[in-house]
Amino acid sequence: MPNLKDLKVRINSVKSTQKITSAMKMVAAAKLRRAQEQAEAARPYAERMERVLGSLAASMAGIEGAPALLAGTGKDQVHLVVVMTSDRGLCGGFNGSIVRGARKHIRDLKSAGKSVKILSVGRKGSDQLRREFAGDMIGTIEDVGKPRLSFEAAEKIASRVRHMFDHGEFDICTVIYNKFKSAISQIVTYQQLIPFSVGGAANENADAQLAQYEYEPDEGAILADLLPRNIGMQVYRALLENAASEQGARMTAMDNATRNAGEMINKLTITYNRTRQANITKELIEIISGAEAV
Amino acid sequence: MADQVRFELVSPERLELATDVEMVVVPGVEGDFGVLPGHMPLISTIRPGVIAVFRDGKVAERIFVEGGFAEVTPESCTVLAEHAKPVAELDQAKAAQAVQDAKEDVEDAKDDETRQEASKALEVAEARLAAAAEPSPY
Repeated sequence: MPNLKDLKVRINSVKSTQKITSAMKMVAAAKLRRAQEQAEAARPYAERMERVLGSLAASMAGIEGAPALLAGTGKDQVHLVVVMTSDRGLCGGFNGSIVRGARKHIRDLKSAGKSVKILSVGRKGSDQLRREFAGDMIGTIEDVGKPRLSFEAAEKIASRVRHMFDHGEFDICTVIYNKFKSAISQIVTYQQLIPFSVGGAANENADAQLAQYEYEPDEGAILADLLPRNIGMQVYRALLENAASEQGARMTAMDNATRNAGEMINKLTITYNRTRQANITKELIEIISGAEAV
Repeated sequence: MADQVRFELVSPERLELATDVEMVVVPGVEGDFGVLPGHMPLISTIRPGVIAVFRDGKVAERIFVEGGFAEVTPESCTVLAEHAKPVAELDQAKAAQAVQDAKEDVEDAKDDETRQEASKALEVAEARLAAAAEPSPY
């Protein structure tokens, strides 16, 4: 029969765990809201940048002398993979899913005979990737979002990437991060950073509108100025999405943990009460049978 | 209103400013240009300098930007800048110090690349000092 005291201790310890997880859940919810607001605030800049860049790039693509950031190096031998994870754990499958996606991506590249360099943003991802790809890691960037995720932090990462590109250290750069869909669902996203992919940014409508623009100094120069800026912006955006996803994932994970703790407390309390009842019954039987024997 | 132009200043972190103005003067790379209603569509890069916003025939606001680009249509002027700060908030002493530091960086630069970067920073610092020191030319 379980000891009453042990049960009591157990219940209390689960209770305090529950308090911690529910506090963490609330903190994550508050941080999530802030992260979402920040992502919202970055949208106007990103949208305008995309619109201008999309049509500029479309008109410049394929033209001789287009900037390398747009046209690429003409090779795809060396890939740089920027993996964005979080610095802290306790956020459910958040880091796991990114790392799984990154691993698959890297293995695919390797089996296709490409060489891969990995730049990890966030401590968790670098810990996990180091096990398999220690030789390919070229660096880890930590504490990106502290105290607040700023554009400067993103710009720092971007300038490192640009610097490497300028020195011909890689041909194609891909960012892997979690795109925020909702608090319970985040989607691992691969985004090609270099060379810039025109994608769906330039729809026909924007094209017709932008065709009338005058350019100062000229299209090429503006594009050369915009592309590096855009990399900073894309990195910033990815970081924002990632931060929101992290908090969302943590919120869900902590919600589950709180619920599980509640269930466990209920079960333990029932066991505790039954045991107490059994003890009382046992004592009564002892007293009665003692009295009968006299 | 037809005699006003919509001016928006956007930084990556937020929409800094969105108002209707009479005119806005933007420091383009090839010289300052004023945007009045009905301006021809234009996309231009911006050098470090001061954006002046005109309302009621006077300069209502002066904002320092460290470069970026502007998209102008007949109805609106949108400036995308990574760093923007009202001129009133600039600190002249700090700006002067930044120019000093930047000058030293340029002198200390060992190769072309770092020198180029440093001189770019110097350009920004000098523009900031000029913005902090000078009263509005308008």
